[in-house]
Amino acid sequence: MPRTGVFVCWCGSNIGGVVDCPGLAAEAARLPGVVISVDEKYMCSAPGQNKIIEAVREHRLNRVVVASCSPRLHEETFRKVLARAGLNPYLVEMANIREHCTWVHGPEPERARVKALSLIRRAAAKANRLQPLSGSRIPVTRRCLVIGGGIAGLQAALDVADAGHEVVLVEREPTLGGNMAKLDKTFPTLDCSACINTPKMVSAASHPNIRLYTWAEVESLTGYIGNFEAAIRQKARYVDHEKCTGCGICWEKCPTRVPSEFDAGMGDRKAIYIPFPQAVPNKPVIDREHCRYFKTGKCRICQKLCPTGAVDYEQEEETAVEKVGAVVAATGFSLFDWAGAYGEYGYGKYPDVITGLQFERLVNAAGPTGGKVRRPSDGAVPQTVVFVKCVGSRDEAKGRAYCSRICCMYTAKHALQVLEKVPGARVFVFYMDVRTAGKGYEEFYQRAVREGAVYVRGRVSKIYRDGGRLVVKGADTLLGRPVEVDADLVVLATAVEPAAGAAAVVRLLGVNADQDGFFQEAHPKLRPVETHTGGVFLAGACQAPRDIPDTVAQAGGAAAKVAGLLSRPELVTSPMVSSVNEALCSGCLLCVPVCPYRALEAGVITERINHHPARERVVVKVNTGLCQGCGACNAACRSGAVEVRGFTNEQILAELEALCL
Amino acid sequence: MNYTYYAGCSLHATGREFDLSARAVCGRLGIGLAEIPDWNCCGASPAHSTSHLLAVALSARNLALAEAQGAGDIVVPCAACYQRLAVARKELGEDPGLREQVARITGRDYAGRAGVRSLLEVLGGLDTEHLKAQVTRPLGGLKAACYYGCLLVRPPAVTGFDDPEDPRSMDDLVRLAGAEPVPWGYKTECCGAAHGVANEPVTLKLVRDILEVARRAGADCLVCACPLCQNNLDARQEHVNRVFGTDFGLPVLYFTQLLGWAFGLSDRDLGLDKLFVKFRPGV
Ligand SMILES: Cc1cc2nc3c(=O)[nH]c(=O)nc-3n(C[C@H](O)[C@H](O)[C@H](O)COP(=O)(O)OP(=O)(O)OC[C@H]3O[C@@H](n4cnc5c(N)ncnc54)[C@H](O)[C@@H]3O)c2cc1C
Ligand code: SF4
Ligand code: SF4
Repeated sequence: MPRTGVFVCWCGSNIGGVVDCPGLAAEAARLPGVVISVDEKYMCSAPGQNKIIEAVREHRLNRVVVASCSPRLHEETFRKVLARAGLNPYLVEMANIREHCTWVHGPEPERARVKALSLIRRAAAKANRLQPLSGSRIPVTRRCLVIGGGIAGLQAALDVADAGHEVVLVEREPTLGGNMAKLDKTFPTLDCSACINTPKMVSAASHPNIRLYTWAEVESLTGYIGNFEAAIRQKARYVDHEKCTGCGICWEKCPTRVPSEFDAGMGDRKAIYIPFPQAVPNKPVIDREHCRYFKTGKCRICQKLCPTGAVDYEQEEETAVEKVGAVVAATGFSLFDWAGAYGEYGYGKYPDVITGLQFERLVNAAGPTGGKVRRPSDGAVPQTVVFVKCVGSRDEAKGRAYCSRICCMYTAKHALQVLEKVPGARVFVFYMDVRTAGKGYEEFYQRAVREGAVYVRGRVSKIYRDGGRLVVKGADTLLGRPVEVDADLVVLATAVEPAAGAAAVVRLLGVNADQDGFFQEAHPKLRPVETHTGGVFLAGACQAPRDIPDTVAQAGGAAAKVAGLLSRPELVTSPMVSSVNEALCSGCLLCVPVCPYRALEAGVITERINHHPARERVVVKVNTGLCQGCGACNAACRSGAVEVRGFTNEQILAELEALCL
Repeated sequence: MNYTYYAGCSLHATGREFDLSARAVCGRLGIGLAEIPDWNCCGASPAHSTSHLLAVALSARNLALAEAQGAGDIVVPCAACYQRLAVARKELGEDPGLREQVARITGRDYAGRAGVRSLLEVLGGLDTEHLKAQVTRPLGGLKAACYYGCLLVRPPAVTGFDDPEDPRSMDDLVRLAGAEPVPWGYKTECCGAAHGVANEPVTLKLVRDILEVARRAGADCLVCACPLCQNNLDARQEHVNRVFGTDFGLPVLYFTQLLGWAFGLSDRDLGLDKLFVKFRPGV
């Protein structure tokens, strides 16, 4: 016999301000199976939780209904309360009378009351039919895969490795470092990016617990939390890194020059190259597309000159398989292609209109100009530099709706750098707002203003070339006037976007992307580094635009979650997964293609009916490690043989009956 | 190839030479133009700034008449007329309620069969060999700043035949005529024609800026596709010179006049005598 207790939460005024909670509790007391019904200001607080525990003991309750907020928020909380009260945690059912009721029906309190009561009636009807559930145990492979070797991936990999677990770090470029490696100095302290980034690259490469793959991509990921299997494709480098000593003769003598991706086109590299002098690993790859030998069959200069015979044009790509228990996605960001969208800024045809990242390469002492600010068109030192913020950010018509978050700060940094490196330079910054939330950030921006950067509030409507100079036309919305600036160099703060290929990684990992293509966290506030896929975590700018301090903090958080997961030899899975009633299953296997998690497959059982001889029969089998309990199979099964535990047909029909009849 | 022709009010008055040169050039190219009988004002600026419905209805009547005439798509030389007709066509197509309402007002329904195209778009879309074949008096590298103005290629959702920020169709035609289109930044800047009466100083400054940028880009002349722009930039040059102490003397002609000249048509046929700043290539 169910003995159900109903606990109605006020949630302060969220619920209590709209409906009469004591009244609801009194009415709920009359529902079938309910032996006690009470209300409380905050059911999730310590007094609220204790009230439930005491009631369970006093009234010998064996089912609990909590009428409060969304189960997404507190179901887990109340399950733990039941466990502390000595009940199976799955004997609680929530009625969401906040998000589904008082928040949306505030102006109509009476109808809200009626609806709240219906929701409680539904929950009680289901609670009466709940069964105790327990999960199964699965072993955990205590290794972690990190995808992306920018600062986020480096930090996560180092933290997990330092916690004592093996890490497989996969970076698709020839070097670790990501975007941070391209930066010159970093706000708000102006410490040199390489000085803080390259040591981490070296530590990661030499850490005994880290297995490094560069110039490699994860091709597939199968399995489930604790038990993933990743296929990693090592692209051909055409250089045997076992033999190569990184002496550099090859890239010095290679006759083929190619615009350098690392320098964002501001400089050149060779066809056999390392992206930058501090690259890790410090050994080259051959860019097959541009290499003269691959194109014409002639050259082989690097092969002839290599003292160790490391160059190998016949090298082929290889695939390695790694077993891991957790995955961290740290694929970072790329920048919005402004040239395609901003015709008013010249569609990219003026060489002296560049992006912030290109500017970083121009001021970087290790960059193509040796750190001298020189404009690309003629190498002249620009005397007037105009910065334009929000190019593609906060601009739904052309780019993205969101704020890219880092540009205000790096533009202030760039302004300071120009003022410092070019004596007498004039700097103008066109902005919509200046957003500097962060420790020491506002002070940093004020410093740029003090040192002479002229901030003009307004958007730039046009950039055009007039003879040798660029004319920047815009509005000063504070003065209410159009303004025109003759500029030698224009730097655009272009929007931060998910890295190229992020969508493929989303599919690979089976996680969700938000409307902008960034990886979706499980909860924006409470589960910011988790995803909805168990065992897959997020770090850095792949989740949203963010700067280095926030990236490092989040990567540390992801690493802590991974370390927590890998600290256990076994995992208890959610019991709310599908189960098959083999007696009813006809083996039609209609459910198999329906399952989005590939958790179902055909199996064979042997059965004996009455006195007939034993025979083998096909039925469907559930892999409880993969099943996420979505219920698609349940809906597809014609004979009602597959059900999701905790959402059985009987329970759902009882809920419907309580709601509708 | 045949089109229904909508000249509009300006082309019968201040922009007469645009009409003359458009007809002359089309005649030479074998394009038949059948003017819409009993056409009315397209509703440019005054109508649509007072009543949306009035503006759509005015243009819709022309569209319906043109459609009934059945002589093909409507070709419009004037940038403002083109834009009004194209906007009306788009709105009527997207909103059946509006189409019904407007049909009640004008007494005619426009089903959207006859399209609306600007003359620049039509000429720009011709086979280049066909165009080149007509050129008997190439312009010998004359430097021309092609000025599209603010309406002709905008908004792109309505016009769509050329790039809204860096249009090139006129540049291409000018090049075919043997002139050299100069790259410059003011192709689509506003000339302020609409403020010529209400706020003349603003207009004078805008005109000055356009002339200035064109001259600095090395242009010998400006080429345009709108009777308001042409009139504004041409007739006001003397005034600009007086106010700003400048010495502009840049001919401002219609792209049809430039083409016609290259085709060897006479000054009279092209209305070149009507320009304030005279066009004398090679002098
Ligand atoms: C112009 C500019 C200036 C900046 N200045 C500052 C500053 O002064 N201070 C500051 O705090 N922040 C600054 N930032 C922000 C900073 O660059 C980012 O916060 C930081 O780079 C984010 O690190 P990340 O590792 O998340 O991403 P990334 O640096 O983008 O690294 C991601 C890595 O993942 C790799 N990757 C991507 N996809 C895959 C895949 N499918 N498989 C394998 N590997 C993959 C990439 O190759 C890359 O190496 C600046 C940014 C810009 C654009
Ligand atoms: S020459 Fe040979 S050893 Fe030296 S860097 Fe190149 S591949 Fe390596
Ligand atoms: S073979 Fe290719 S990579 Fe080697 S030197 Fe020649 S062009 Fe450069």
